[in-house]
Amino acid sequence: MTELQAGRAGALAPTGAARAWGARYLDVLVALLAFVVLASLPLFTGSKALLDFVIRCSAYGLFATSLNLLVGYTGLTSFGHGMFFGLGAYGFGLIMQRLAVPIPVAFVTTLAITAVIATVIGAICVRLKDIYFAFVTLAFQMLIHSTILSWASFTGGDQGLRGGIPRPAFLGIDLSNHIHLYVAACALLVLGLLAMRQIAQSPFGYTLRMIRDNAGRASFLGIDVWRAKLTIFVLAALFASMGGMVMALFVSGAYPEFAYWTISGEAIFINMLGGVSTFLGPMVGTVLLLLLNDTVTRFTEYHGIVLGVVILFFALGLRKGLLDFAVEWVAHRRDAGEGRD
Amino acid sequence: MLEIRNLQKSFGGVKATNDVSLAFSDGSLTAVIGPNGAGKSTFFNLITGALTPDAGAVLLDGVDLAGRSPPEIVRHGIGRAFQVASIFPSLTVQETMLAAVAADQRKASVLHRRFPLAETRGHAEHVMELLGLSAKRDRTAATLSHGDQKLLDIALALVLEPKVLLLDEPTAGMGPEERWRMIDKVRELWETQKITVVFIEHDMDIVFKIAPKIVVLCYGRILATGTPEEIRNNSAVIDAYLGTEHAGAA
Repeated sequence: MTELQAGRAGALAPTGAARAWGARYLDVLVALLAFVVLASLPLFTGSKALLDFVIRCSAYGLFATSLNLLVGYTGLTSFGHGMFFGLGAYGFGLIMQRLAVPIPVAFVTTLAITAVIATVIGAICVRLKDIYFAFVTLAFQMLIHSTILSWASFTGGDQGLRGGIPRPAFLGIDLSNHIHLYVAACALLVLGLLAMRQIAQSPFGYTLRMIRDNAGRASFLGIDVWRAKLTIFVLAALFASMGGMVMALFVSGAYPEFAYWTISGEAIFINMLGGVSTFLGPMVGTVLLLLLNDTVTRFTEYHGIVLGVVILFFALGLRKGLLDFAVEWVAHRRDAGEGRD
Repeated sequence: MLEIRNLQKSFGGVKATNDVSLAFSDGSLTAVIGPNGAGKSTFFNLITGALTPDAGAVLLDGVDLAGRSPPEIVRHGIGRAFQVASIFPSLTVQETMLAAVAADQRKASVLHRRFPLAETRGHAEHVMELLGLSAKRDRTAATLSHGDQKLLDIALALVLEPKVLLLDEPTAGMGPEERWRMIDKVRELWETQKITVVFIEHDMDIVFKIAPKIVVLCYGRILATGTPEEIRNNSAVIDAYLGTEHAGAA
């Protein structure tokens, strides 16, 4: 037995496992608390606009956080992630309109369809690097968008899925009721974030960080880089699809804009605004972008210019997203404080 | 045993590796030397799967690994460290080691558990200890000194418990004192781990001091193999690479 093998056989301190379990329970606790706070909001406010805002945050938050699994954790900048948001919305809407199945069945079926399509697209895209990956994902998004537009008999073309999406009650949950829909959106957001947090903090999450930092070295550690990238591409697509379904339920329809390249651009903006180095950065970015959007459009029709200036401020001024900036600032202050002690 | 048979690789009209055949016995320590452009790093790249050979075989304990992917070759027991330290800049030393051990234990895809896995901790600690990196466990790799980054690169290869360890210029970019510290560490690892070590090196003082066997490459071909004494006295090696400074009884 070499010294290396002897080390492998050495006694293991339980602290690591205990800490890992503790962190997981802490995440669950925080998620529960967040859900309770969000779900109880209707008890304190009658503002439909506020609840609508939270539902939209749920849809975009799931979508943007899933993009960060690719951008922030794996180093894969996708310009076409919005295709899965659109697929979620259209898949769910079409299934509900045409098959009249219970909502959970449509939900799971849409996820399955998304997984299949993401596997095919991902198998091609993740072989590419950097800007090539970014633009091929964009090309696939435009392919899906064009399909939606041109297959009018099935998708409604540029008019989208009209006539509303049936929302039959299941297990006592009636999603045509605004409060029920609100609570369901909050639940999906919290569950989705919890699942993505688990992915990010799992051994696989650290494999992704290694690939982001140095994919070549990762392969010399025995890691199948292509398979790992494909896995996260599909997982991220599933959460984006979930976001699309929440949006479809909210607007009771699906529109070509949900699959247009600008939706991917918005998710990238969100990540730039909130930050990609902290898990909740995209969630903060979502709230910021939607707030900005809603506020600015009230005052000017040139909201795009205002948003552009804000993005430039973050990109050139802070050089990072708001939450990343805040976390670094706090760490810097703490280090400075320790230095004085 | 690592055996290379008639290995060939060309880039356009340039034969970077030209019919190279070598054998490295278990537990041996071999230095590969040669002028710039001799094909030393290409030779390592062919063995480790970074490049696909045009012809020839790379046999590890009788299994031909030529043309297989780096992950496959790593799994068969060939680890490597790079000329420019190849590390994960944003991870701490400890995270790097724990993630590498997880990869070695085929747990890199585990989704349902939290990082770090308890079963990876002991081995990661041990390798950090072995390379003298324990005190720097919480430093991110990017903030380490050049020498420590090279050590971390070697630690990554050692985590995999390789049968054969290939070190591409382990002392590159180091000052004189740091070089000797590094090479002493390499020798110590070779002696304690009982693994086959092949290293590329340009510093002839180091090569002649620690390598029992030396391979000289020139223009992709083997110019000579032998003990330090044999290489010093080889007129072809003196003409092509050593010059008179390291020749003869120097």
